[in-house]
Amino acid sequence: MSDAALSVQGLWKVFGPRPERIVDSPEADLPRKELLAKSGCTVAVKDVSFDVAPGEVFVVMGLSGSGKSTLVRCLTRLIEPTAGEVLIDGEDVRTMSDSRLRELRRHHVSMVFQHFGLLPHRKVIDNVAYGLEIRGVSKKERHEKAQQMVDLVGLSGNERSYPDQLSGGMQQRVGLARALAVDPTVMLFDEPFSALDPLIRRDMQAEVIRLHHEVGKTMVFITHDLAEALKLGDRILIMRDGAIVQVGTPDEVVAAPADDYVRDFVSDVPRAHVVTLRWVMRDPRPGDSMDGPALPPDTVVQQAARRVLDSDHPVRVVENGTVLGLVDDVDILRVIVAEEEAVKA
Amino acid sequence: MTAIAPAEVGGREDSAIDRARATPRWLQATVIVALWVVAYQLWKGIDTLPLDGLSKTGVHDSLSGWRDDLIANRDTNVLMQTTGWLAEQFSAMTTWLQELISTPPPGRPVPQIGWLGVVALAGWVGYLMAGWRIALLAVASFLSFGLLGYWEDTMDTLLLTLLAVVICVLIGLPLAVLMARSKAVTAALNPVLDVLQTSPSFNYLVPLFLFFGLGAPCGVAASVLYATAPVVRISAHAIRSVSGTTVEATDSMGQTSWQRLRKVELPMAKSTIIVGINQTMMAALSMVIIAAFVDAPGLGGPVLQALAAQQIGDAFVAGLCIVILAILLDRATTAASVRSENLARKGGTGRSTQDWVALAVGAVVVAVCVYYSRLYSYLAEFEWTTPGDRLSDWVQDFTGWFTSTFDTVTTGAKDAITAAVLNPMQSLLAESPWYVSGAAISLLALAIAGLRAFVITVACLAGIYWLDLWHDAMITLNMTLVGALLVMVLALVIGVWMARSPRVDLVLRPILDAAQVMPPFVYLIPAIFLFEVGRFSAIIAGVIYAAPIAIKLVADGVQRVSTATVEAAESTGATSWQMITKVQLPMARGSIVLAANQGLLYVLSMAVIGGLVGAGALGYDSVLGFSQAEFYGKGLAAAGAIVLLGIMVDRIARQAAERSGEETNILTKTRGPGAGV
Repeated sequence: MSDAALSVQGLWKVFGPRPERIVDSPEADLPRKELLAKSGCTVAVKDVSFDVAPGEVFVVMGLSGSGKSTLVRCLTRLIEPTAGEVLIDGEDVRTMSDSRLRELRRHHVSMVFQHFGLLPHRKVIDNVAYGLEIRGVSKKERHEKAQQMVDLVGLSGNERSYPDQLSGGMQQRVGLARALAVDPTVMLFDEPFSALDPLIRRDMQAEVIRLHHEVGKTMVFITHDLAEALKLGDRILIMRDGAIVQVGTPDEVVAAPADDYVRDFVSDVPRAHVVTLRWVMRDPRPGDSMDGPALPPDTVVQQAARRVLDSDHPVRVVENGTVLGLVDDVDILRVIVAEEEAVKA
Repeated sequence: MTAIAPAEVGGREDSAIDRARATPRWLQATVIVALWVVAYQLWKGIDTLPLDGLSKTGVHDSLSGWRDDLIANRDTNVLMQTTGWLAEQFSAMTTWLQELISTPPPGRPVPQIGWLGVVALAGWVGYLMAGWRIALLAVASFLSFGLLGYWEDTMDTLLLTLLAVVICVLIGLPLAVLMARSKAVTAALNPVLDVLQTSPSFNYLVPLFLFFGLGAPCGVAASVLYATAPVVRISAHAIRSVSGTTVEATDSMGQTSWQRLRKVELPMAKSTIIVGINQTMMAALSMVIIAAFVDAPGLGGPVLQALAAQQIGDAFVAGLCIVILAILLDRATTAASVRSENLARKGGTGRSTQDWVALAVGAVVVAVCVYYSRLYSYLAEFEWTTPGDRLSDWVQDFTGWFTSTFDTVTTGAKDAITAAVLNPMQSLLAESPWYVSGAAISLLALAIAGLRAFVITVACLAGIYWLDLWHDAMITLNMTLVGALLVMVLALVIGVWMARSPRVDLVLRPILDAAQVMPPFVYLIPAIFLFEVGRFSAIIAGVIYAAPIAIKLVADGVQRVSTATVEAAESTGATSWQMITKVQLPMARGSIVLAANQGLLYVLSMAVIGGLVGAGALGYDSVLGFSQAEFYGKGLAAAGAIVLLGIMVDRIARQAAERSGEETNILTKTRGPGAGV
């Protein structure tokens, strides 16, 4: 996939002495404690491969300790990977020289952190301009650019404040502006909103969606919050113990979980809000009426419910003029009832 | 709170039970001491290895020979050449600074800048660094130096201290950065810094004056060696403590490691680094003053002369200048640190417009003052020194009155302690055969502090034996032990009192804080005032010097005892005495042992300085080393023996503290024998 913005192939990160020997060895499949006792090593990222298309929002999700934060740090070698390939715009990050790597970090990839990582002794504007400053942009020019970013993230008027004078949500907006200021092609988010209050988190998620519409960056977004993953992600990668469990679109993950781990994860998701008709439709049976209204397959069940229930005929799921299948009252009710039961359970 | 407290209490009780199951340490120690007393009774006076003041042995002569060889090969030895070159630089810099503010340069009757100019400059620098309060304090302090009659000496002390601090920072900061970046460098430097900080400052002078000669260069070199450790340690700690997320976030933007240091780590570590500079400055000041022993210019000289001549009034006035200077330097750097912390946290551009205006106006005033101070001799040379003379006379009279009135009390106390503790312990240590004392000390180390301390103790004692100074070392050790004992009595009584009464704490703590920054040398003045020259005065000076840190450690330790535990004990109806002896002191055991550690090291350093005021033993041997060429080897051996004694008591006490579950944390470590001798 040479047209991917970011391509990861067979990536490993093993912590401990002589980590190379664990890569691809049978020992890597041992339970954590056994491996640690035996070799002193811990596998944080285990043979992970995925591609991210330009402009895509790719979410990596997992519980704490699943290796997701290590994975995202391996992408720009904040943590040095043990094995595998990371291609950004077709160039292998792992073989880059120090200066080339700095170049990559300065111009192509930027990152937003859970605990913000702002410089307390600098004003907001100088925090935002930091990336430009270290690559040698003149003060006037970088302040101009930084001011645009401050305005873009909705912090106008706060540019002369210091980080400690701002709320958590506002500090993370500074982090966001700082990452945007260098005009990167890829943005990495490491659980950026986990430290924020729920209400502010919702605002910030909306902010990211808005920014994605406005600036259209490729984004890799780490989170442990499934709702956040479903809300933001074009595709979601679910990790467990360093390995990939499933990669798929939000509705795929909810409607067709790869295993019990994922099923457990998604069990209390409001399915009607996520699952699309593609996952509930059935093949036409002889005798089915084909007179019902037509809907595209990526319509969410909740949106389609009224139409389906109101119609006397099953709804046809149509893509490019072809009928893919039918959806009737029973199919819709099954999703909604299943959800009710999940909530009660 | 309630959920956590029982578990905590349980944990501590468990370890207390573990300790109790083995034979208790105090019991083992008592048995050893009892056996020692029996052995002393049987064999006293045999094999005590005494060596009188003016005799020396082959070892000492061979050390002197080493010195002679070094001097003979002065022109080819790289070390001698390097230090010789450095000494020239130090000397040139000192002379330049002296001609600027303290000593008239050739062809001028007065220094380049007279007192008025210097006072104005001091105020301006105070304002620049730390605000108007410090500016006022600086102006008042500088005026008092003149009024007290020690303008020139104070300027000398100040400029030597500042010169040393600048060099310390130039050396120390890069080292700190290396230590923060590399574990290998940390591991390599730590033991060196430990030894540098454990040795009494006085001890640097004997070896260094061989390389740097007498006078200012030796003083500067000794101060640099002695005072660099705090700034290295604290700065490395500060850089390491910079938030990892911030470093990672800025790394992720592609900064070079130089950019990281300059734009992220140093600004964020700045206020703590200034704390390190504060510690370094106080250490340098105390060393510069002690360097009077090698004829370095400054306030140490007049104090020494006055003490030697029994002119307590003059010693008091010169000592007062030292005290004022110490307080000024401490307050100024502390205020600068606080200010930089505030800037980093609360923001603000650092300076308001009106601040800049004040600085600009101030600069003009300074320029005018400097100009006039060069024009009129009465603005150049501080002539109005009557207050100092008056004060000196008054103190002298007061001393006379006091000693004649309270003679019975002071002599009584002195005689009582000497007869009850000092002499019996000295007999036991120094008049037992050396192998008996050696074995007893080693076994005590084993019982109190464990195997590692035992090994170190044996090694140190072997070194002292080899240096042929056993008897003197035992006498010095005795002074140290007696002093530390008195310190611990004070620390326990006052520390517990402070911990139990917030009001007492409120009154005493600022006094103790201030006392801690004094150069130890000044404590000789009141001790001699009360008890005249001699061994006892040196011990008392050591006690005054060591008491503040020990009292604070005990008070903090007792205050840390969990309130839940105290409440639980109260609910069972414990009396105050039971509370102190059964709950608070046992639970503060670690802090108490740490206080004993500090007490030992501080008193040791004072017992050594006391050599000059009649305390004898190793201190006297040291002084002899740089006063008489033929005894250089003996002086050097004495310096070595002092270092060994220091390492020995430090390791025993520190490991005893670790066994009691208290880590010696970085700040007490850096304060160390610290602001110390």
